[in-house]
Amino acid sequence: MEQTWETPQMAQGTSFAWSRVVIYGLLGFFALIYLLPLVVMVLTSFKHLPEIYAGNMIALPKDWTIEPWVDAWQTACVGLSCNGIKGYFWNSAKMTVLAVVISTVLGLLNGYVLTKWKFKGANVLFGLMLFGCFIPFQIVLIPMATLLGKMGIASSTTGLVFVHVVYGICFTTLYARNYYVAFPDELVKAAMIDGARFFSIFWRILLPNSGPIIIVTVIWQFTNIWNDFLFGASFSTGESAPMTVALNNVVNTSTGERPYNVHMAAAMIAALPTLLVYIFGGRYFVRGLMAGSVKG
Amino acid sequence: MATTYAEPLGPHAAPHVSTRLQRLLPKLVLAPSVAITLVFVYGFILWTTYLSFTKSRGYAVHELVGWLQYERVWAQPRWSVALHNLAIFGILYIVICLFLGLLLAILLDQRIRQEGTLRAIFLYPMAISFIVTGTAWKWMLNPGLGLEKLAHDWGYTNFHFDWIVNEDMAIYTLVIAGVWQATGFVMAMFLAGLRGIDQDIIKAASIDGARMLRIYWRIIIPQLRPVFLSALVILAHLAIKSYDLVVALTGGGPGYATDLPSTFMYAHTFTRNQLGMGAASAVMMLLTVAAIMVPFLYSEVRHSRATGRD
Amino acid sequence: MASLEINGVKKRFGATEILKGIDISVETGEFLVLVGPSGCGKSTLLNMIAGLDTVTEGDIVIGGRRVNDFHPSERDIAMVFQSYALYPNMTVEQNIAFGMEMRKVPKPERETAVRDVAKILQLDHLLQRRPSQLSGGQRQRVAMGRALVRKPKIFLFDEPLSNLDAQLRVDMRTEIKKLHQRLGATIVYVTHDQIEAMTLATRIAVMRGGELQQLGTPAEVYNRPANTFVAGFMGSPRMNLAPARLQRNGVGHVLEVQLGDRPKVDIRLPPQPAAVRAYEGKELIAGVRAEAISYGTQSSGNDGQRSTVDATIEVTEPTGADTLAVLTVGGHEFTARLGPDVNLRPGEQAQFSIDLSKLVFFDPQTQQRIT
Repeated sequence: MEQTWETPQMAQGTSFAWSRVVIYGLLGFFALIYLLPLVVMVLTSFKHLPEIYAGNMIALPKDWTIEPWVDAWQTACVGLSCNGIKGYFWNSAKMTVLAVVISTVLGLLNGYVLTKWKFKGANVLFGLMLFGCFIPFQIVLIPMATLLGKMGIASSTTGLVFVHVVYGICFTTLYARNYYVAFPDELVKAAMIDGARFFSIFWRILLPNSGPIIIVTVIWQFTNIWNDFLFGASFSTGESAPMTVALNNVVNTSTGERPYNVHMAAAMIAALPTLLVYIFGGRYFVRGLMAGSVKG
Repeated sequence: MATTYAEPLGPHAAPHVSTRLQRLLPKLVLAPSVAITLVFVYGFILWTTYLSFTKSRGYAVHELVGWLQYERVWAQPRWSVALHNLAIFGILYIVICLFLGLLLAILLDQRIRQEGTLRAIFLYPMAISFIVTGTAWKWMLNPGLGLEKLAHDWGYTNFHFDWIVNEDMAIYTLVIAGVWQATGFVMAMFLAGLRGIDQDIIKAASIDGARMLRIYWRIIIPQLRPVFLSALVILAHLAIKSYDLVVALTGGGPGYATDLPSTFMYAHTFTRNQLGMGAASAVMMLLTVAAIMVPFLYSEVRHSRATGRD
Repeated sequence: MASLEINGVKKRFGATEILKGIDISVETGEFLVLVGPSGCGKSTLLNMIAGLDTVTEGDIVIGGRRVNDFHPSERDIAMVFQSYALYPNMTVEQNIAFGMEMRKVPKPERETAVRDVAKILQLDHLLQRRPSQLSGGQRQRVAMGRALVRKPKIFLFDEPLSNLDAQLRVDMRTEIKKLHQRLGATIVYVTHDQIEAMTLATRIAVMRGGELQQLGTPAEVYNRPANTFVAGFMGSPRMNLAPARLQRNGVGHVLEVQLGDRPKVDIRLPPQPAAVRAYEGKELIAGVRAEAISYGTQSSGNDGQRSTVDATIEVTEPTGADTLAVLTVGGHEFTARLGPDVNLRPGEQAQFSIDLSKLVFFDPQTQQRIT
């Protein structure tokens, strides 16, 4: 993406100064609008409650305090228990890490099989799996709730990991498959002639060269699973709920005076992991977005 | 490069157990995922569809009642509101996202120095949960404490912005928050599309005497049609699935003024003990999504086969 | 005993028949080149010899052993790929040793073998580098090293020089030929470049549309092509082919070359063998290489073997080493390879002599050479 190219204006050979002003102006305006919610959240989370009522949402805190953050973490009320959101944060962490690892591994293996060991009907099977990416998950809520209950893992981290793996496989397989399609077949052939069999080829040849797609898949899965709400709300209650469910609980079920600062702090805590992944993941994040969309 | 359908062959002249295993291995590895898909996607779809034809309420009851549940869903005023909202939200969401996304992409395409930073700013909303988005915007649109108060503090005392608690206007707050979240994604898609356009065509047009705006309107934007289509389908998909955003921003309220089929389904399934109705609404959601995705996917597959891609 | 036998090998993919029945026998130490336009099936055949593709019908026999059901690593073959196919995550040493690793050869043995091969190919100083740090020529040598270290019965090369630039290609070609001479290895080599085929092969198999067009030495394929396709495919410039009529002229024959209503040109021929005489009074296709046409009327000392024709010069292309001239003879275009100092201008008329011993004839219906 860093190659030189020309804008239409340059191709035309014109470049008015004032049009640049308009362009930068518009972009700056939109940038501000986009940053506004984040700025507001951050600022609010560092204010005392009276200051919030007295001032306005973008006023800088006169009296910076991290109390809202501490409160959110340790004493905010989620449902009936008031132990903060830390427990739920760790629920999300456990669930997300496990689900990401398992679904990524399965996706890589599937992509490997679908591209380098093609057999009759492989494309049909891939199409079948792909369809699963697009269904509205409402359609599986009832059966899944029933099944989880029967398996005895309803309302547990295990149950959520299971659900996220099941419905994450289609994405991870899609990503791996698109990546391995472009992986030179000749490398696999050379390895075959050298005597490597199915798993050796995967382990020694494919995997060491899969850095980019592993990163993209992990980022995508992490973001989606951490941010999920629907599955969390449907399949977990109480102590095993993930962060998103807890956050929604904190924000929407307070009675009396609402501690907006604590709400914002809690929202920030919930958002930080994926935001950090986004900041450090950068172009891999974008690749993940595009890979899912361009190939349909 | 033509793909060869190589099969793993055995090490000995006479095939024996390990050979057959080697031949089966790829299929064995793929099998669990296929099984999972068959059961948890297709099987569950069938299960839910079956339930939608039963008399289930608080728990599953295996008594078929034909279209009863569907009729009951349609009889609910709440369902009409939900559909109505979906239409308003969906159309505005898609149109504004496409327009803004294209605008931002074109702006960013102008050799901006801070392109990377700006791109990052427009895209970060995609990284955070809809719940966080809803929470943030709920706070910002809070009448009395959010934007309204800000305007008052700046001197515009007549500014009122209580859409979020207004039955008629609340749905538009969903549009605002939703657009904020998804535009960056559309922008990224358009930017990639713009960068893929052959510069020589533009040069040829310039030589032909076309001016900037015209070049964009007549040449560049038409070439972005595939991107429009992809973005439209994805946005439509997101709109239909929208659940988290509604819950966090308005809770479906005031009352059920911002209800969507997704919240309708959830409410009837888990809160109101109407499994049959929940199932019916879910099936209808699936059909709506399928109506959009299936033609799109089909044309994509056919297109890639025709152009020899893949 | 033949090192490699391809017996009645066919390949069907769905309804299409990619290989329609190939029979080739390769002796030990031979350098067989499979050459032909893209889609002719040469790479498919190579893959089938390697075991990377299945055989629909027929047998592949290596060293007397039918290997159709054997895994590629069990066939005693080694392969060098067009894209080198070096493992990017391994060093040169690890790349070469990988096959031995898979066969659980102990480390000291591996190291010795790698060192020996590295010496032959002058890779000693590159052993710890990664493929991305090597030039194209170096990568190709590593690929060959990986093949060499297996000490296989047969080496398979799949268009190994196509990715190299022109000069490097010529250098590597010589390297491969030297290696062949030095090791006496049996080689099956696929290329679409007929110059590579001519310079490297002990025998050439010309393929087209899944069928073997001709199997012969470079000289045979060049001078006695089996059909007009081979005549036109091999050699650069391609063999001149023109329809002509054979007429009897007393004891000998004469070839009448005429396109439409252009002036007819007669080429006197010495007495022809029976097969050619069968075409008296009929049309056939005459073929002659550019080298067989020279400027002027000189004879090579044996009058019956040269014939003089008048021709108009259309275009001259000086190549430095010689001059290629496109001539019209009786309306048909012929390319002649003339000396570098010949000075002719387009539009000029001049006399040229044809070496009749190099003339070949093809049946106009079957396109096969008349023998």
